Amino acid sequence: MKAAVLVFPGSNCDRDLAVAFQQAGFSVDMVWHKDTGLPDGIDIVGVPGGFSYGDYLRCGAIAAQSPIMRAVADHAGRGGYVLGICNGFQVLCETRLLPGALMRNAGLKFVCRMQGLTVKTADSAFTAGYAAGQAIDVPIAHHDGNYVIDADGLAHLEGEDRIAFTYRGNPNGAVADIAGVLSANRRVLGLMPHPERVVDASHGGTDGAAMFTSLADTLVTA
Amino acid sequence: MAGRAWFWKDEGKAMKATVTVMLKQGVLDPQGEAVKSALGTLGFGGIQGVRQGKVIELDLADGTTEADVTAMCEKLLANTVIESYRVEIGA
Repeated sequence: MKAAVLVFPGSNCDRDLAVAFQQAGFSVDMVWHKDTGLPDGIDIVGVPGGFSYGDYLRCGAIAAQSPIMRAVADHAGRGGYVLGICNGFQVLCETRLLPGALMRNAGLKFVCRMQGLTVKTADSAFTAGYAAGQAIDVPIAHHDGNYVIDADGLAHLEGEDRIAFTYRGNPNGAVADIAGVLSANRRVLGLMPHPERVVDASHGGTDGAAMFTSLADTLVTA
Repeated sequence: MAGRAWFWKDEGKAMKATVTVMLKQGVLDPQGEAVKSALGTLGFGGIQGVRQGKVIELDLADGTTEADVTAMCEKLLANTVIESYRVEIGA
């Protein structure tokens, strides 16, 4: 099982994400944004949190145009798995691998705290280790997490069971309390909360660990 | 248009494109709302709404067309999921 974790100028959760993958049994390659291809045999690409390119223009907009993202889009097009967390979610929306967009928080403040979430679907490799309806606690830390999608797009997400997580108590104004969404083939997940920050008891919580272990289970049996 | 472009080139001035990017109507603009509220606090009562956007100025090289600038907007300068844009070409 091989994971690639992308590194952009301004990424700051890349090493945390690598450790979370490693704890679940993945070998991890760190991949620089200027690379034009992924290493051979990559099962999943992690797009980490941070402030790629200083959030210039729009969060994730410049990173979305970097050479490595073309390779990630090809990987996703072949049915490969992609996990985008926080800034990574913004990048995946900017590349249109996921629908919608992330705007400035409705309260205009950077929000950094432990956040209650509801797991909305267990029907994905990312969420198979949870039960639908399960309440979990995962940290959030963002200024632009206000998920926006038009009514048609929202109806698609709801109808296709593609809302992965919702907030319990909306911290940022996101439409329908959405914290994370899946692609149509359920192999690309983007979410604002940071599961990689709660994979070890010393983190103060372990509610994120099941994401990485269920990914590992899926990829081992694949 | 070509004649005017030649004129500007002759003057040694680059053509400029001004791209104005705004959130689409119907998309809540929290920054605009905050500015509106602050104006009210300052005693400026005559404001019904505030929308905040951004202006991007491009110095165009010879031969760059408005269609090229539109493509730049679609691909990078605006996120058309939530934003609209307007392109003005001038000296």
